[in-house]
Amino acid sequence: MSEPAEPITAALPPGELPVRRLYRSSDGRVLAGVAKGLADHLGVDVLWVRIAFVVLTAASGAGVVAYGLFWVFAPQSPYEPAGQPRERGRDLTMLLALGSLAVGLVLLLTALGIGLNPGLTVPLVTVCLGVAILWRQADDDARERWRQATATSQGPGMLRAGIGLALVLLGTAAILAGPANGGGATGGLVAAAVVAVGIALVSGPWWVRMARDLTAERSARIREQERAEVAAHVHDSVLHTLTLIQRHVEDPREVARLARSQERELRGWLYRPAGGPGGSAQLGATLEAAAAEVEDAHGVAIEVVVVGDCPLDDRLVAVRDAAREAMVNAAKYAKGAPVSMYAEVEPEQVTVFVRDRGPGFDPDTVPGDRLGLRQSVVGRMARHGGRAIVTSSPGEGTEVQLEMPRDRSPS
Amino acid sequence: MTDQTAVRVVLVDDHRMFRSGVRAELGDAVEVVGEAEDADQAITVIRATRPDVVLLDVHLPGGGGRAVLAALVAELPDVRFLALSVSDAPEDVISVIRGGARGYVTKSITGPELAGAVRRVADGDAVFSPRLAGFVLDAFAATTDVATVDEDLDRLSQREREVLRLIARGYTYKEVGKALFISVKTVETHVSAVLRKLQLSNRHELTRWATSRRLV
Repeated sequence: MSEPAEPITAALPPGELPVRRLYRSSDGRVLAGVAKGLADHLGVDVLWVRIAFVVLTAASGAGVVAYGLFWVFAPQSPYEPAGQPRERGRDLTMLLALGSLAVGLVLLLTALGIGLNPGLTVPLVTVCLGVAILWRQADDDARERWRQATATSQGPGMLRAGIGLALVLLGTAAILAGPANGGGATGGLVAAAVVAVGIALVSGPWWVRMARDLTAERSARIREQERAEVAAHVHDSVLHTLTLIQRHVEDPREVARLARSQERELRGWLYRPAGGPGGSAQLGATLEAAAAEVEDAHGVAIEVVVVGDCPLDDRLVAVRDAAREAMVNAAKYAKGAPVSMYAEVEPEQVTVFVRDRGPGFDPDTVPGDRLGLRQSVVGRMARHGGRAIVTSSPGEGTEVQLEMPRDRSPS
Repeated sequence: MTDQTAVRVVLVDDHRMFRSGVRAELGDAVEVVGEAEDADQAITVIRATRPDVVLLDVHLPGGGGRAVLAALVAELPDVRFLALSVSDAPEDVISVIRGGARGYVTKSITGPELAGAVRRVADGDAVFSPRLAGFVLDAFAATTDVATVDEDLDRLSQREREVLRLIARGYTYKEVGKALFISVKTVETHVSAVLRKLQLSNRHELTRWATSRRLV
């Protein structure tokens, strides 16, 4: 058997547009556009390609196999002119082409040494015709989906499908009737094989195309959904905040607060690992949320670094509340200086540091208003079994260290 | 040492506004000898000017900061790279550090701090922002099974861990030295050692940590 792929590779000059794809043409086609597509691809006249197919068909039917393979594997050209109505007379030409294909197929079967009962040949050809028309029909369906066309050719399409189905049934019945008329067991086997092959031929290309279409459709849909999600998010958050900022141009504090909270929100949305820790039941997330609240309420930027994470329990809620209180104090007294919070989860304990670079104070002469810090931070930590250490000296800023042993029982 | 002469710097960022802002903030502290707005241009400019330090944006047209690092780190060992980005996503931070950058700072850094970081990188030291220190502590978590990693590269020493913790808490190198009763130079040595481990270690834990954060 001659190799159908051979002429293509030979005719393609090496290095010239290797990504150029072979398409079946719908413009100027007779059957499936294989010959025209090949001709376009190779840059030769379509007549030569058709002659080559006929010659190959005569040579043990290889042309039919080649045509079928191209039909299945070469996609329909996406550049086809839309809305070009097919002429009526085309169907007759197509039937002729199909007929010659069927004859070729029979030749091929004979050449392959499948002993054909002469009485079977006519029904076999009929089956092949039917299969070919159904095949053609499936192709058209796929094409309709591609073009999203209005149902222009539905009537003729249905008719062709009906004829194809009828031919298959007729041929099958004839073959099945054969053994009863004295065809023998071999004839029965051949008949079964023919029906199986027929079904496979009818449905095969259709499945291939459908799978291909589905993949393309699904990826397009996913892209569209993602785009819509991004657009919706940008609209709800960023555009909204920009509008608010324009309304508050005379209030720098409010502008800074809006910008900061939007930045935080956008960062969280962009960089938080999908499906990773982020639930409010984790210590890291709840500390970040507490820092965000303080940022919003006091208009300062708080840099948050969390190492490790663990689920929240009663004692860690106390740590969170103490840390928030410490951040509020830092925001109040640091007078705009940077505030940072560092939390580390270790197997034995959780440690949180809240640090500011504000003016600081002398711990020996604690001002009265700092008693709030003592009560709500130091006292709260002690009540839950942890401790808080406040370090500060004038000019050096203040650091609050919170330590809480972890609950070792499984929570 | 570069204490007397100004550090020669190339700015690589795809936003012109940002480049001019950095230029203004750095002022006389450094000499900006070139600017580039995408990876290819950056490679050309850096080859032509041979600066001391490249301030490199992580997200660039044409392959990002990683492409620049991949092209030049081996070729120009005297050029130091400091990554500068709005992103504080772990994958960005770790990928540029492992690509060969000597440090990572976010764009929210103040002008004097940035000038200090540039000078430090020019002197061959590493620059860790609090967030980067946090990432490293996270990646080299203490909960590692010691039996599986006994290589020097795969573990942080107790001292390195202490230094990183203080940096993560927002301490400057000077404050870290004061808190640990060591010199700033020793702090820098520790941080450089951590940077080396971060770049060279292929320990199991780091890989797993990276995977859990969608890194390559």
